[in-house]
Amino acid sequence: MSRPYGPHILPSDITPEAVFMDRRRVLAQGLAAGALLGAATPLTALAADAAATDRYKAPRNARYSVTDTPNSYEEITGYNNFYEFGTDKSDPAANARNFKPTPWTVTVDGECEVKGSFALEDLLSPQTLEERVYRMRCVEAWSMVIPWVGFPLAELLKRYKPTSKAKYVAFTTLNDAKQMPGQRERVLDWPYVEGLRIDEAMHPLTLLAVGVYGKVLPNQSGAPLRLVVPWKYGFKGIKSIVRISFVEQQPRTSWSHAAPNEYGFYANVNPAVDHPRWSQASERHIGGGLLAKRQATLPFNGYGAEVASLYQGMDLRRFF
Amino acid sequence: MVALLPALGLLGGALQVGPVHLGADPVRTLIHECGIWTLRLLWLTLLITPLRELTGLNDLLRLRRMLGLFAFFYALLHMAAWVWLDQGLDGAVIVSEVIKRPYLALGMTAVLLMVPLAVTSTNAMMRRLRKRWLVLHRLIYVIALLGIWHFWWQVKKDIREPLVYALLLALLLGYRLVKAAAIRRAKARSALATARGKTAAPAP
Ligand code: HEM
Repeated sequence: MSRPYGPHILPSDITPEAVFMDRRRVLAQGLAAGALLGAATPLTALAADAAATDRYKAPRNARYSVTDTPNSYEEITGYNNFYEFGTDKSDPAANARNFKPTPWTVTVDGECEVKGSFALEDLLSPQTLEERVYRMRCVEAWSMVIPWVGFPLAELLKRYKPTSKAKYVAFTTLNDAKQMPGQRERVLDWPYVEGLRIDEAMHPLTLLAVGVYGKVLPNQSGAPLRLVVPWKYGFKGIKSIVRISFVEQQPRTSWSHAAPNEYGFYANVNPAVDHPRWSQASERHIGGGLLAKRQATLPFNGYGAEVASLYQGMDLRRFF
Repeated sequence: MVALLPALGLLGGALQVGPVHLGADPVRTLIHECGIWTLRLLWLTLLITPLRELTGLNDLLRLRRMLGLFAFFYALLHMAAWVWLDQGLDGAVIVSEVIKRPYLALGMTAVLLMVPLAVTSTNAMMRRLRKRWLVLHRLIYVIALLGIWHFWWQVKKDIREPLVYALLLALLLGYRLVKAAAIRRAKARSALATARGKTAAPAP
C-alpha cells in the first residue's frame, strides 16, 4: 500500500467549487420553497448559510492531505454522529439549527502555566488556518474523506505551557440541553468527554478544526471548534469543545466509559481488532452508492507510517 | 397490498425515482428499513388474533396469512441487502460473521424458522396438517422473540426504539398468556363443579 498522502494533489481531486455552489443553490431553492410553505426555520438557515460562505478558505497542506476524492458537503454535513442532537445520523443536521456557536468561550486549565477562559476569537487569532483532506473512519465501519480547515492542536497547546505533569489532554463538549436536545436523554453520561495522550495530542496530524470545505463548520459538524484525529475512530473527534484540560491521569472518556468492552480509550483504527458486534476489517465508503464494494480498512486508517511509532511495544489488542 | 408500499418506496429510492431518498448510506438504509418492516409486520400478524377476539370481526383472520408472508418477504429483503449489497456475496466472510456475531445468528435462525411457516401457509397444507399446523405455527412466538433480541443486540447505545417494540410484544404475548391462564382456570372450575355435583347430588 502506498502512502495515503503526499504532495501530489490534482486540483480535480476536490469537488469543483462550481459544482459545489450549484448544489448550494439547489439547496437554497429547496429551503426557500420550504419557507414559502410556512416552515419557520429555513430563513434563519439561509442567513446562517450566507454567513458561512467561504470565510475559512485556506491553502491546502499537501504534506498532510490524502489524494482521495473528498465526499460532498451534503454527505459530510448531513450524515454524521453527534448524539447531543440525537442518535440517528440525520438528527444532527435536523436538530442543530438553533444551536448558538457564537459567542463561544473555551476554558484551558489543569497542568499548565497559562490558564483561564478565553473567547474563541482570542484562542484562534494567533493560528494560521490550513486545509487538510483527511480520511474519517467511523467505529460503525463506514468512512468518508473530508477537507477540514483548522490548525495543529499542538500549536495551540504549546501556548498554554503544559508542565511535566501533563500526561494527557482531556476535552469537554458543551453541556446545555436547551441548545442540544439530545442531552435530554441520558444515552451517554453528559457532558461528552474525550482525551488523548500528550504525545498523541502533540502529533502534527492532530487537528483542531473550525471549518469544512472552506466554510465555517456548520452546527451539526461540531461548531465552532472540534478535534480531528484521523488515525482514530471518529468518536475521538470531540465536537463543540468548551474545555481543554491538561491532566496527569488518563481521563474517563465517554464511549469507553459507557461500554468499556466495545470502545477503548485509544480507539486507533485497527482492522485486526473487531468490535464485539461487527468486523472492523472492512468499511463502507459513503458516496459509493448501492453496488459499491466494501473497502479494506487500513491499520491506523492509513496513517501508520506517521503514527505507528507512538504505540511501539504496546499490545494494541489490549489497548484497543 | 398496503404492506408493499414501503418496498416500492425503497425500490424507488434505490433507483433514484420517486419521493424516497436512501440518504448518504443507502445500503444501511435498506437494511434498516427492511428490518424494521419485518418486525412491524410480524407484530401486526400477532395482533390479528387478539383483535379478532376483542372485536368479533372474524374477517380479520384472512389478513393474518398475508401479513405473515409479507413479514417473511421483508425478512428476505433485509437479509439479501446485507448478504448482497453490504457483504458483496462474499461467502466466507458471511459465514464467519454469522457465526461470530450472536445477533446475526439470532436473525438467521429467525428467518430459517420462518421458512416452514411460509411453506405450510396454504389452505391445502392447513387441511393436511390440522392440529400439527397449529403447533407448528406457534413457532411465530419464537421468531418474534428472536427478532426483538436481534434488534436489541445490534443497537449501539440508544435502546429506546427496541424497548418500544419489546413492550408491544410483551402486550401481544401477555394477552395470550392471560387468556390461556383464564381458560385453564375456567376448565379447572368446571371440572371441580362437576366433581362436586357428583358428591352433593348422589345419583338416584
Ligand atoms: C425475522 C428476522 C429478522 C428481523 C425481525 C430483523 C430485524 C432487524 C431490525 C429491526 C434491525 C434494526 C433496524 C433499525 O435499527 O432500523 C435489524 C438490523 C440488522 N439486521 Fe436484522 N432482522 C432479522 C433477520 C436478519 C438476518 C437473517 C440478518 C443477516 C444474516 C440480519 C442482519 C441485520 C443487520 C446486519 C442489521 C444492521 C446492524 C447494524 O446496522 O449494525 N437480520 N434487523
